[in-house]
Amino acid sequence: MTDLLVALRKDLLLQWRGRAQIVAIFAFGAATLLLFSFAIGPDSVALREHAAGFLWLGLLLASTLSLAESFEREMEEQALEGLLLLPASARALYYGKAIANCAQLTLLGVALVPVMVVLYDAGTVRLLSLLGVILLGTAGLSAPGTLYAAMTAQTRARQTLLPLLLFPLVVPVLLAAVKATSLLILGDPMGQLRPWTSLLGAFAVVHWALGGLLFGRVVED
Amino acid sequence: MIAVAAAGLCRRYGRRWALTDVSFEVPEGALVMISGRNGSGKSTLLRVLATAIRADRGTAHVLGHDVRADREAVRERIALLGHRTHLYEPLTALENLALVGRFLGGDGRRTALLAALEEVGLADRADDAVQTFSAGMRQRLALARVLQQEARVVLLDEPYGHLDPPGFLLVDGVLRRLRGQGATVLMATHLIQRGRMLCDRGLVLEAGRLVYAGATAEMPEPAGADGAGFAEGA
Repeated sequence: MTDLLVALRKDLLLQWRGRAQIVAIFAFGAATLLLFSFAIGPDSVALREHAAGFLWLGLLLASTLSLAESFEREMEEQALEGLLLLPASARALYYGKAIANCAQLTLLGVALVPVMVVLYDAGTVRLLSLLGVILLGTAGLSAPGTLYAAMTAQTRARQTLLPLLLFPLVVPVLLAAVKATSLLILGDPMGQLRPWTSLLGAFAVVHWALGGLLFGRVVED
Repeated sequence: MIAVAAAGLCRRYGRRWALTDVSFEVPEGALVMISGRNGSGKSTLLRVLATAIRADRGTAHVLGHDVRADREAVRERIALLGHRTHLYEPLTALENLALVGRFLGGDGRRTALLAALEEVGLADRADDAVQTFSAGMRQRLALARVLQQEARVVLLDEPYGHLDPPGFLLVDGVLRRLRGQGATVLMATHLIQRGRMLCDRGLVLEAGRLVYAGATAEMPEPAGADGAGFAEGA
């Protein structure tokens, strides 16, 4: 537990020092939402119907940048190897990084909501529920994303490999998160929100558990 | 007691063997110099002993613990100064040492960390990010990080690299201090005369094979060395 807190503190501090990069990633996500709105055109009904899908696509695309960035600092001077040789627990290092990535993606998701409201006229009064869906969705993205980012950080074609590996795996997260967010924006007369959020939660639990088990094998020789 | 023992160590990168059948023993408390030309396998040997990479064949033990089967126990007893410094560039010098201190179970107190930085001549840059440091300053900070671990076996890969003449004297002092503390040191270096002066034993590698293991006084020059090319600094 102590190792986890030390690792989390380190990752949050690294994110804070690289906050300019976080602003750039937000700008990338916002630009993606803007471009998607141009693709739909001025049809306000269609814009509203597609808002949730585009929000999560924007977040998914932006996540590959932030996940890859989170391992840049670890690889520059083999700092991660240095911690493993102390020895620090690989599991603690994984969970510290994954929690920090999840926090960053959640903040990014929350920051993109007002952009979605302005561009797609797609608001909701159930803000806490929306925050919960964003939290569960980003948890489902960050757990496998952190693992794959660690794996691809050691390769030359990491910018291409990370989305290639991650996107097929997180299709269930994308589907469930889009559906749950749509229900919050467009209304949920059939009470379907709970099954979709349960799916998000189950995916997150499985991948957080797997990530902790596999991370040591991924980063060790 | 034998501090480090290797038997038939082999390691390859792709098709090329970086280490071939390397066997030796180092008694506890010895200062050992490892020499050899670029690419002779010095760094690979140190990284195998540090458990950073695995040997493809052969065995190695550090203080009786198998580097393959008992990685955690080995890691608790070794410290490695590698070609890469293991530092976080966006963090300050103090934050880097505090991070290591916390993982080692210490409290990361500023006064103790400042004393460690003072020892390597970086106290006045304690709150500066590592990314603003020169290569020599990074090497000094990496040395402080290694000393912080108080390991019984210290593996130094080119510890004089990037350092200025006062830095050379700093490393000399560190080696003498480690000897006084009873630590076992394996140091890869091209500074043959300096190594002979400071170390008791020597290993010479050529193309991944161990060609000499014995006293430094009788140690041969690495193949191709003409003396003048191996500058000794201060």
